[in-house]
Amino acid sequence: MTARERTVKITRNKKKSKAGGQIIGVTCAFIILFLSMIGYITHYSATHKQELINNSYNGRQQMLLAKNRRGDILAADGEVLARTVESDGEEVREYPYKNLFSHAVGYSVNGRMGVEAAANYYLINSNAPLSEKAGMDISEEKYPGDTVYTTLDVNLQQVASTALGVYRGAIVVTEPATGRILAMVSKPDFDPEKIEEQWDDFLEDEESGILLNRVTQGLYPPGSTFKIVTALEYIRENPETYGGYSYNCSGAIKRGEDRIQCYHGTTHGSVDFERSFAKSCNTSFANIGLSLDRGAFSSTLDDLLFNQELPLGFNYSQSRVDMGVNTTDSEMMQISIGQGTTGITPMHLNMITCAIANQGTLMKPYLVDRVENSAGSVVKSFEPSSYRRIISADEASELSALMAGVVTNGTASRLKDLSYTAAGKTGSAEYGTVKGDSHAWFTGFAPAENPEICVTIIIEGAGAGGDYAVPIAKRIFDAYFDA
Amino acid sequence: MELYISEFSKYVITLLIALYTCECFLVFRFREESRRSGIYARQNILMFAVHFSCFVVVCFETGDAAYLFFYAFQQIILYAAIVLFRMLYPRGNRLVINNSCMLLCISFVILTRLSYERALRQFIIAAGSLAIGLFIPYFVHKFRFLKNLTWIYALVGIAALSVVLILGQTTYGSKLSYSIAGLTFQPSEFVKIVFVFFVAGALCRSSGFFEVFTTAVVAAIHVVVLVCSKDLGSALIFFIVYVLMVFVASGNLFYLFAGAAGGSAAAFIAFRVFAHVQVRVQAWRDPWSVIDSAGYQITQSLFAISSGGWFGLGLYKGTPGSIPFVEADFIFSAIAEELGIVFAVCLILISLSTFIMVMNLSLKLNDKFYQLTAFGLGVTYIFQVFLTIGGGTRFIPLTGVTLPLVSYGGSSVLATLIMFSIIEGMSVIREDEAAEERKKLRRAKRRKVKKPLQEPGENEMTNDSQGEDGEDYEE
Repeated sequence: MTARERTVKITRNKKKSKAGGQIIGVTCAFIILFLSMIGYITHYSATHKQELINNSYNGRQQMLLAKNRRGDILAADGEVLARTVESDGEEVREYPYKNLFSHAVGYSVNGRMGVEAAANYYLINSNAPLSEKAGMDISEEKYPGDTVYTTLDVNLQQVASTALGVYRGAIVVTEPATGRILAMVSKPDFDPEKIEEQWDDFLEDEESGILLNRVTQGLYPPGSTFKIVTALEYIRENPETYGGYSYNCSGAIKRGEDRIQCYHGTTHGSVDFERSFAKSCNTSFANIGLSLDRGAFSSTLDDLLFNQELPLGFNYSQSRVDMGVNTTDSEMMQISIGQGTTGITPMHLNMITCAIANQGTLMKPYLVDRVENSAGSVVKSFEPSSYRRIISADEASELSALMAGVVTNGTASRLKDLSYTAAGKTGSAEYGTVKGDSHAWFTGFAPAENPEICVTIIIEGAGAGGDYAVPIAKRIFDAYFDA
Repeated sequence: MELYISEFSKYVITLLIALYTCECFLVFRFREESRRSGIYARQNILMFAVHFSCFVVVCFETGDAAYLFFYAFQQIILYAAIVLFRMLYPRGNRLVINNSCMLLCISFVILTRLSYERALRQFIIAAGSLAIGLFIPYFVHKFRFLKNLTWIYALVGIAALSVVLILGQTTYGSKLSYSIAGLTFQPSEFVKIVFVFFVAGALCRSSGFFEVFTTAVVAAIHVVVLVCSKDLGSALIFFIVYVLMVFVASGNLFYLFAGAAGGSAAAFIAFRVFAHVQVRVQAWRDPWSVIDSAGYQITQSLFAISSGGWFGLGLYKGTPGSIPFVEADFIFSAIAEELGIVFAVCLILISLSTFIMVMNLSLKLNDKFYQLTAFGLGVTYIFQVFLTIGGGTRFIPLTGVTLPLVSYGGSSVLATLIMFSIIEGMSVIREDEAAEERKKLRRAKRRKVKKPLQEPGENEMTNDSQGEDGEDYEE
């Protein structure tokens, strides 16, 4: 190697070491930055499409509606629940079942609600075949919006609505193994076709909350149905010994100034864990509540999605329990029997019941089964999807047994000795200041061993759950198993 | 018929732009421009195909065939630019020219759709800028004294920015431009280039503490003047370009960290002191809570981006007009809505490939001044692309800078084309250097060959060594 050559080589090396590394480094940094930005943009635009188009500030909705006719909403078996027809050159939204599906299917004027809101994106888009669209261009018609098939069952909805009668309240019927919502009734109800005429009256009428979907947005004191949660916590804290629990009920329990009474002052005498649950003994559960660890209870409440977001695709209220390490004994006794400041929606209670019926795994509840275009080919299909296991399989089977006991020798005995078995929990949740006024609750499932449907009922101000809510559950179960 | 065309064209346009983008990166498989000519030729064909299909859709959607004339003029000008560049500078880099023209095509299409008047203006300015750009590589190549004007650059830059601050027109709270004889200039676009020359000139011989300190003072003056004019986007570009150029010139990681620390501190102070910075950050973090005020633009932009889907709604099928200032700051969102996310991503990748090519050139340049200048200009370009696209998609807070060559804006187009022309000039300089290197190496090898073996097959040997030369150079 000559000296000359060496110097050439050296200068080359020198040049490379001078800035090459830095330039390559900066280049790579920008490449990474840009790749992550591309990833972000594609991901964002793909995942937020629907959410953004439903925003009222987004003018693209109007653009789509000017081009496409709003699609139909159908029941699971294809019966029409909502459709758009043309009358005198104007588009009119028809709801053939009038009041029956008022909250479940909802409305699409003056804001939106129910399936009309949840599936808005599909209803205003058209995936009609190109040839059909081309034909409509020539005849200057609007394209047909896509058709939404719901999970709703017209028959069960009818039975539930009739059974609730003139009472205010809510009923929700679901399949625990899939999360499909079969019926969703909230009363008072309204005729979605007349929503525009009656809108102002509805807004003035603050007391009835007619536009509120009580199933998902009504926060009620859970009353004795909450003993499911208290029992779960007691089992978790005493996995070996809870079977040996016993308590002597004298009709009331006192702790300082506070006094908890059994419903209607009943005295249950000596009760074990199962009997406390079956008979819904308030004093025994207040006693259990006093023994519970507040921190552990809080985390159990977290598991069951209290004070948290629910995996729901529509508007709902968050259930609320005020529980922490500083909770006083007085509050503990109230919480254990589902009174005090605790509030729960029927939908949430139904989800907890479903998880118990489904070996601890909560399936995401859903209302929309699939979306089809005008030619009947599926645009989008919604499969059952599990949210997560919120309680263990053992805990689920233990709670199932306790709930079966409520039917066989407890407060839900009206469900005993039928062609099917059932399990559940009643509640009579006191509200307001007048003693004795109570909401009637029932949440449960059937058949007890191999649950197919899960029902949650609340009747406002009716009285005892066993007397008013359980018979409605029976009518729904009858309709389901006879059908 | 119209429906079939608009539906079918979406896929055709997306496919063509995707192919073009692939070619942008296939270029890097070869080290020598001569081997890339096939790719460049295909790119030119694809570019005209994209351009043509877009304008066919424009004509069908508007029902006005007159747009085809506009298209024809664009086609002629772009084609002339590509051919002339190739004739005048056979040693220039063709990827940069092709990509510039591709971006101009996209700009013409989307601006025609948004506002014909503005598209026409943009076209005239672009044509003029391309004409000016044709001469620049020649000057860069010949006028080697450019590297000695360091402090003149600094003075010119600060003076130009200060004039805007003092006399400039206020548009939407920021002072960005001033008018001379009816023409509105936005000097910061040009000062960016001058600033890169300044930093390169100051640091090319030595990058000790003294040089870094004095340039830092000048850079700080630029940034402060811009911040006072409320042109935060440009201020940020100057800052980043300066820090990265110091890092490359000195090779010292310390400056990078010091820059990052100083920048964070300055950003924090700016956030505390300026209300409009707080508004921008708020609109970035949670635009939905201020949707009818500060968050309006960005949420409208997000609506547009999310509504297009992979292949877009098709030209004239969306409502990009709902975004305020869509032609300048949010052109990317309009493209994403009507031409699709795939198209928009291709646009980003085309910009990125231009940047990589410029960095590649910077890496090869032996002369430190040109190396730093090429690096600085490349970073200026890509960082501006990042700011505008990232800002419009809520990846980062909005700063309100234009997307080079695509956004509507005369100063921006002219400045960017000047920038790329300068890079072409450096590409020519690099070819000179390469020729020089080859000559040196050949001489050295010949000497080596001559010493031990005297005679036979000297010719053969020379050929051999030439072959090796080629490979050496390729490494």
